[in-house]
Amino acid sequence: MMGWLQRLGSTSLSVFERLGRGNLFLLRVLAALPSLVARPGLVIAQLYSVGVLSMMLIVISGLNVGMVLGLQGYNTLVDFGSEESLGQLVALSLVRELGPVVAALLFAGRAGSALTAEIGLMKATEQLSGMEMMAVDPLKRVIAPRFVAGIISMPLLAAMFSAVGVLGGFFVGVGLLGVDSGAFWSQMQSKVDLYDDILNGVIKSVVFGCVAAWIAVFEGYDAVPNTEGVSRATTRTVVHTAFAVLGLDFILTALMFGDE
Amino acid sequence: MMQKRTMEIGVGVFVAAGIAALIMLAMKVSNLAAFTNQQGYEVTARFDNIGGLKERSAVTVAGVRIGRVKSIVFDDKDYEAVVTMNIESQHDRLPADTSASILTAGLLGEQYVALEPGGDEAFLKPGGDIKLTQSAIILEKMVGQFLFDKAAGGDGKKEEGAAP
Repeated sequence: MMGWLQRLGSTSLSVFERLGRGNLFLLRVLAALPSLVARPGLVIAQLYSVGVLSMMLIVISGLNVGMVLGLQGYNTLVDFGSEESLGQLVALSLVRELGPVVAALLFAGRAGSALTAEIGLMKATEQLSGMEMMAVDPLKRVIAPRFVAGIISMPLLAAMFSAVGVLGGFFVGVGLLGVDSGAFWSQMQSKVDLYDDILNGVIKSVVFGCVAAWIAVFEGYDAVPNTEGVSRATTRTVVHTAFAVLGLDFILTALMFGDE
Repeated sequence: MMQKRTMEIGVGVFVAAGIAALIMLAMKVSNLAAFTNQQGYEVTARFDNIGGLKERSAVTVAGVRIGRVKSIVFDDKDYEAVVTMNIESQHDRLPADTSASILTAGLLGEQYVALEPGGDEAFLKPGGDIKLTQSAIILEKMVGQFLFDKAAGGDGKKEEGAAP
């Protein structure tokens, strides 16, 4: 009994300790951000590996999700004789929910895990300590550019996901299933609001971008510096980002759309 | 050096594509086009019952949307709903005796305000009031009325049949 209680206590303590370390780490990263203004090249290099290389995955996934939404939505709506609302259904689902959430999950798998593994290996091979020896702050040189690149990439990727998804829904709905093209766009435009839907979707994706980038760089920086530690940290990045994104999505949705 | 150049081009393409996607979402998917001529004038109308009318519902004349409902408040002196509508400024030639009614688009569609121009020489002024209004049709009331009429009508026929 005592042993069980002790295990519970030590587990909770370590969870809180990690949360505290994560928050202190975030503060230090935020403090290191101003130094990036002098060296934008670092961020651009990271934007390439975080954003550009994720673009293909996001575009293809978005197209597929949009096409599936078009097919499934059509099959449901045609029962009510309101297949013209397909555009509205596809656009609202993508802009409000699927765009930010699925893009964030894919982002965690594609870019977040790579960030963690890269930083974790830098730590394991003592490159980070080497930098400190040369009076280069690894937070400014390594962590902050990756963090900023994640935050910039995420909203852009989510917007691409939604836009390509709407096109995918359009191809299937109008091209394949014969929904009227004018009705598709006009129903969509009359029901999708710039502030309520598009802007809230962008806010969501910015929040998810911050969380995903924070978790990815923290797990890398906090990894146990050996092979096994890096592999565990990479797994944790994907799992924790998924939990955080889905949990935050519920809270944000309740705040943004709850009163409708 | 060459590698840096391709990398920077890649980032440029990425950022441009992301911004293009945002612009497409704003222009093509959402109702931004309806926001551009937000300038207009306001008229109010009082209804006994607004049914399911909401803020931002359409205001139409002859089926064409010329404005949107700006606000709906309850006037607790007259127990009426006061609907403020924002009409686009190029449509400033509505006669002063224009009437407003709340209709439903399709059987299950959403409700909107339909304006019916009258024959007055004078035009509605900004901030003006629409005097002639017709409330929303509440389906339950109509069904109730129909059943009542049916019952009354059925009795009448029976009596007529029994009389001769």
